[in-house]
Amino acid sequence: MPAPDRRTFLLQTGKLLVLTASAAAAWDYVMAGEPDQAPGYDAAAHWWAMVIDVERCIGCGLCVRACKTENHVSLEPDCFRTWVERYEIDPDDPDHPHVTSPNGGYDGFPPLTKDGVKTFFVPKLCNQCADAPCVQVCPVGATFQTPDGVVLVDKDYCLGCRYCVQACPYGCRYIDPETHTADKCTLCYHRISRGLKPACVEICPTGARSLGDLKDPNDPIHEFLRTHKVHVLKPQMATHPKTFYNGLDGAVR
Amino acid sequence: MARFSSYEHLLRLAALFVVGIALFAGLRWLLVPADYGLIGPYRASALTQNQAHSIVYAGRLACRECHSDVADALTTNAHASVGCESCHGALAAHAGDPGVAAVRPDPRATCAGCHVPDAAKPAALKTVNFAEHAGAESCGSCHQPHAPRP
Repeated sequence: MPAPDRRTFLLQTGKLLVLTASAAAAWDYVMAGEPDQAPGYDAAAHWWAMVIDVERCIGCGLCVRACKTENHVSLEPDCFRTWVERYEIDPDDPDHPHVTSPNGGYDGFPPLTKDGVKTFFVPKLCNQCADAPCVQVCPVGATFQTPDGVVLVDKDYCLGCRYCVQACPYGCRYIDPETHTADKCTLCYHRISRGLKPACVEICPTGARSLGDLKDPNDPIHEFLRTHKVHVLKPQMATHPKTFYNGLDGAVR
Repeated sequence: MARFSSYEHLLRLAALFVVGIALFAGLRWLLVPADYGLIGPYRASALTQNQAHSIVYAGRLACRECHSDVADALTTNAHASVGCESCHGALAAHAGDPGVAAVRPDPRATCAGCHVPDAAKPAALKTVNFAEHAGAESCGSCHQPHAPRP
């Protein structure tokens, strides 16, 4: 076998270094084990999910306002952790629903009096996917799924590359105009980890939104999911969302 | 054996390896945060940072601690599902220190937030054309939001 030239040698050495590094990183990960969580809250004991009862939503926009207040979300256009859409479906053309969401429903909706169209409100928020595309595409590990199933953003680590904004099939992410980093619904992680409900759930006047813990066998969410025909958005994307919609019309995307 | 009599180049290579690995380890130690990878492929402290945000909405359980009379009355009527802060606004500051006054909501605007007619609203929700129904009268003149008529 002839001696490798300098170029081949350097290439091979480089590959070996990279492989060694990956193996070391993987070994670190294997040896790390489970560290202690924040005191008083055992994240591994929960698996949070959201249930939205579309038939109860009245489009008042309280959730949108409460979310922005609670989480200090920018009031700039297109910065929403949750928003409400109004669907108008013409029975003659059910495949092309007219969807409006003026300022995300922040100020409610202009009254609609059209007869003959099927119309309803659909609240949207991060689906907290169990297999979240946004987590997969993040090149620096700035977005991640917590042990209790919430997809969060590490704003100190985020580069603002926007890959996750593009990857989310639900359009649930935006770039914070102040920090220029990705932002999204945290399911009010600061609230649920202290035993409170998320702000949108707390504020919803009709109980259209509810938080459930799929790991708690006594949580009423199990009964609800058993006895209702719930849907998730875009199931064909195989993201396994944990935001379940009751009474969802087939036209909703 | 004559072929292996010169090994100087191998030593140079070995040195190159050692320097490379040391450089990698050093850079990794410098650049990767200490808590990265403790739970998963992310900084463990990002969890605590997300938990550390301050609370703006106190929640109806906090309201009940002092205002149990209103809260109890609300559990049995048509506004049972309505949270206190749905109408009264964010009150964590008031719940933490009762000296911070809670703002009294403007009845008409607050009621209109839900009860203006809209074809998209579920039929179970009572809606009314405010101008026809009451003119310029305040809702509070006839209706009690804590005890709405069935």
